[in-house]
Amino acid sequence: MNWDWSAVGDFLPYFWKGLLVTLQVLALGSLISFSLGLVWALLCRVPTRWVQWPVGVVTEFVRNTPLLVQLFFLFYVLPEWGLAFSAPATGVVAIGLHYSTYTMQVYRAGIEAVPAGQWEAATALNLPRGRTWRAVILPQALRRVVPALGNYVLSMLKDTPLLMAITVLEMLGQARLFSQERFQFTEPLTVIGVAFVVVSYLASLLLRTLERRLVR
Amino acid sequence: MTSGLWELVLKGTWTTIQLLVLSALLAAAVSFAVGIARTHRLWVVRFLAGLYTEVFRGTSALVMIFWVFFVLPPAFGWQLVPLWAGTLALGLTYGAYGTEIVRGALAAVDPAQQEGGVALGFTPGQRLRKILLPQAVPEMVPPFSNLLVELLKGTALVSVMGMGDLAFSGNLVRLALQESAHIYTYVLLVYFVIAFLLTRLMRGLEHHLKAGVR
Repeated sequence: MNWDWSAVGDFLPYFWKGLLVTLQVLALGSLISFSLGLVWALLCRVPTRWVQWPVGVVTEFVRNTPLLVQLFFLFYVLPEWGLAFSAPATGVVAIGLHYSTYTMQVYRAGIEAVPAGQWEAATALNLPRGRTWRAVILPQALRRVVPALGNYVLSMLKDTPLLMAITVLEMLGQARLFSQERFQFTEPLTVIGVAFVVVSYLASLLLRTLERRLVR
Repeated sequence: MTSGLWELVLKGTWTTIQLLVLSALLAAAVSFAVGIARTHRLWVVRFLAGLYTEVFRGTSALVMIFWVFFVLPPAFGWQLVPLWAGTLALGLTYGAYGTEIVRGALAAVDPAQQEGGVALGFTPGQRLRKILLPQAVPEMVPPFSNLLVELLKGTALVSVMGMGDLAFSGNLVRLALQESAHIYTYVLLVYFVIAFLLTRLMRGLEHHLKAGVR
């Protein structure tokens, strides 16, 4: 086994570019999955089965099928239907959609964990429905679910390399390009492997402080 | 679609199932071995097991697959058959998630059960086999069921390395027909059906095991 430090040095400029793309995808994907997940969770509470059923079927299907195939689906099928997005945009949408079906369960559990007395108090105070949700239920539910959402940010980070399969040049994409040009696989692949451990460790520290400030 | 293309999809499905079974077995072995090691008396063993978990949970499964395919052969002179390389990468990564399940379930057993075992003069091995595991294993089944579905979805990653699994055969059919909506819908449906069957199977297993305890 021979390790070539100059290859690491040559790879670094590409690595930073890839890291930036990975972090952008992560930030946008989290944003989509957090907001869309909340929408799913609220739709599941609409008291007719005409809403509950379709939402349940769609989210169950998305959750139980591989993200990679969903990426291919969006990347190759949407243009056939006349909807062409750029590769990174498709990737962000696919990751956000896939993870929204996970965060939906998190929100659902958080909403169910709000004590029944809070609902009753809101009824007793004659609060309108929208106000009950916005001022009573959601602030309590959201605070509870921050740690669980944080875990999904971490697993989303580890799913961003899949975007390489639809030609997005994030960390793994850059590493593959570099190693195919130079025929040096060990260094770039090891560098990004270590980078994933470091980034996810830093992110977990960040999430823990956030958690401590929100959950008291 | 012609019958030849269907055959391709069928073969891909079979590869996916093979990969799923093999890597699930490896992941189960890893999660029990490392998960139990995390409750060991010696801190060195606990530390090493914890390090394994952190490293393999921290990296992406796809990066791990690349590493096994491209770095292992020149570095150690191991050229693995794609099926085994995929099994190794997936089994080690998802096994690391499994260690947390095993550790959590072992920690959740009432400490009095351990103490009862000590009082009755059981050896550590006997305590593990006869007291801890029979109570902990039924609790592990639901999280393992989730992990199994995650693993199924993870098997699609090997198609990036050109291994002929279900997702890969889907890509071949797309290239052959120049049309993607149908084939990807079928592929997604097949994955969904497998995942559905797996969760049913695990639910049955849970019932069976819980019936044994109480």
